[in-house]
Amino acid sequence: MRQLLEVQGISVSFDGFKAINNLSFSIGDIDLRAIIGPNGAGKTTFMDIVTGKTRPDQGEVLWGNKNISLLKRTEAEIAELGIGRKFQKPTVFQNQTVKDNFLMALKKNRSPLATITYKLTLDDMDRIMEIAKTVNLSAHLPRLSGELSHGQKQWLEIGMLLLQDPKLLLIDEPAAGMTLKERDDTAGLLRTLGSQRAVVVVEHDMKFIRNLDCRVTVLHEGGVLAEGNIDYVSNNKDVIDVYLGR
Amino acid sequence: MLGEKLTYWMNTQRSLVFTTSVILATVLAITIFGEAYGLGLVSTSMVKTLGKTLALCLAALALDLLWGYCGILSLGHFAFFGLGGYMIGMWLMYDRTKDIVINASLTEPIPLTALEIEEAIGTQIFGVVGGSEIPGIWWFADYFWVQLALVILVPGVIAFVFGLLAFRSRVTGVYLSILSQALTLAICLYLFQNDNGLRGNNGLSGLQNIPGFDHLSQAFISLWFFWASAFFLIIGYVGCKFLVGKKFGNVIRAIRDDENRIRFLGYNVERYKLFVFVYTAVICSIAGALYYPQAGIVNPTELAPIASIYLAVWVSIGGRGRLYGAIIGAAFVSLLSSFFTGGQLPDIKIGSFTFKWVDWWLVILGLSFILVTLFAPKGIGGVFDRFQNRRLEP
Repeated sequence: MRQLLEVQGISVSFDGFKAINNLSFSIGDIDLRAIIGPNGAGKTTFMDIVTGKTRPDQGEVLWGNKNISLLKRTEAEIAELGIGRKFQKPTVFQNQTVKDNFLMALKKNRSPLATITYKLTLDDMDRIMEIAKTVNLSAHLPRLSGELSHGQKQWLEIGMLLLQDPKLLLIDEPAAGMTLKERDDTAGLLRTLGSQRAVVVVEHDMKFIRNLDCRVTVLHEGGVLAEGNIDYVSNNKDVIDVYLGR
Repeated sequence: MLGEKLTYWMNTQRSLVFTTSVILATVLAITIFGEAYGLGLVSTSMVKTLGKTLALCLAALALDLLWGYCGILSLGHFAFFGLGGYMIGMWLMYDRTKDIVINASLTEPIPLTALEIEEAIGTQIFGVVGGSEIPGIWWFADYFWVQLALVILVPGVIAFVFGLLAFRSRVTGVYLSILSQALTLAICLYLFQNDNGLRGNNGLSGLQNIPGFDHLSQAFISLWFFWASAFFLIIGYVGCKFLVGKKFGNVIRAIRDDENRIRFLGYNVERYKLFVFVYTAVICSIAGALYYPQAGIVNPTELAPIASIYLAVWVSIGGRGRLYGAIIGAAFVSLLSSFFTGGQLPDIKIGSFTFKWVDWWLVILGLSFILVTLFAPKGIGGVFDRFQNRRLEP
């Protein structure tokens, strides 16, 4: 099966500390994958490398069917190729409405003159409505995004990512600071997204991961410790020793 | 679906209704003023003061777009205002002097040659700085349309170069403010030099006399300038309102609130900042070109760093991030200022101490600036928010 993203044997160390140690990982066009691991296992560093924020010492990161190497690209170019990333802390434009946040994210010409002459078309509005529905914000479009709950802001940011129309979504701790109900909804949302495109979710909440019902990759000390479905990894002896046991 | 779409449509209409009512109120005020003038209730000097105030409002409007919406606090925009005055002033002074020279020569038996006329004009204008040659930068002074184009081009190019260098190097916040103060100080000091061809500290004078309109009284001309200032203020307001109402407006507000995040969405922040910087510099310049013919004189002191700071104080007192707030602030403070410093108020004697309004006005202004910042951060414009049932933060 052809892979959308292929990470081959990457290593990176900071001041002698091996944050990533010979890590390999791949994901297909339509897939949902969860990455778990204790603090310092290299989850965030892994995302940093894929999005161009950090350069690995060794290894290769290949993208798409032309096998483009991502290692020499800037963050903006990688975003342009179709990798969207949601950071842990939701950052939306609080003083603007949910609709305007979506509008700015919508894939369109970004030049000043283009935004001056831009007129909201029915097609664009439909697209925004569709995404708003996907992230459960249909009823909140005219509200200031600053008024939203923490969980809704997380969704808003996911919605903004979707409007940029990336092929691969990297989502860092989406359930942080959410209520139980919001967690369930978020898990449902991510499951839906995973049936349409490639989604990688980094979390350390086991219950949330179980809810995602997908293949799980367990990281430990910068490498892959185990990979499989949730029941397999949670019964794996190594995983229990280093992670679940604590 | 349809209901939701209708809601957005209504939202945009509300801002349209608001804009229209602001413009109608302005037109009404100006009409009432015109009537009062016709009845002799308003003096010519009052007309000039009000006309100048409207030009200042236009400059404040520009700074509000830059500071209140895009988050760039420029403390150098009054330099562009002054430059606008210089550019139009060159034509006014040159052609006016030319008219005088030609009129005076009519009694001579032999008509003057073109060269003699030019020499006479040179002596008239530059005698004060010990020169008689007309400097190269006055090359186009005889052509009204060229000088008018320079009102836009000169500040536009300066703002473009400054903005390009500053924004490319990612200079932001207070560092940009300081840099822009340096810009206005540099231009000011340059203009103070006697050999720069712009008459040094004398500046350009006699600008209230419009060449070719000698037969009209000052009362009439000042009224026309008042109307022109009002017209350009309305155009400026509509122009800025248009920009902030577009997706462009969303993007510049996003730049103000979180510049790095909007970069992450794929927007070229530097290009947006440069656009707004140049756009507002040109508006300030046009405002200056309207102001100085009413003031009659423009000199380097006008471009001193403090002038740009006043501009920021007006915007802040009026309420930044609200275009009408900037207009209210500029009008309110500058009118109060001319009232207190105009000498109409009697001094107050407290024992041996004499309280002079002229001296104390700046202290009062400074205090009120502090009070507004502390107790009404949204400024005077913030009061109007209460009339709107639910206001979106700008």
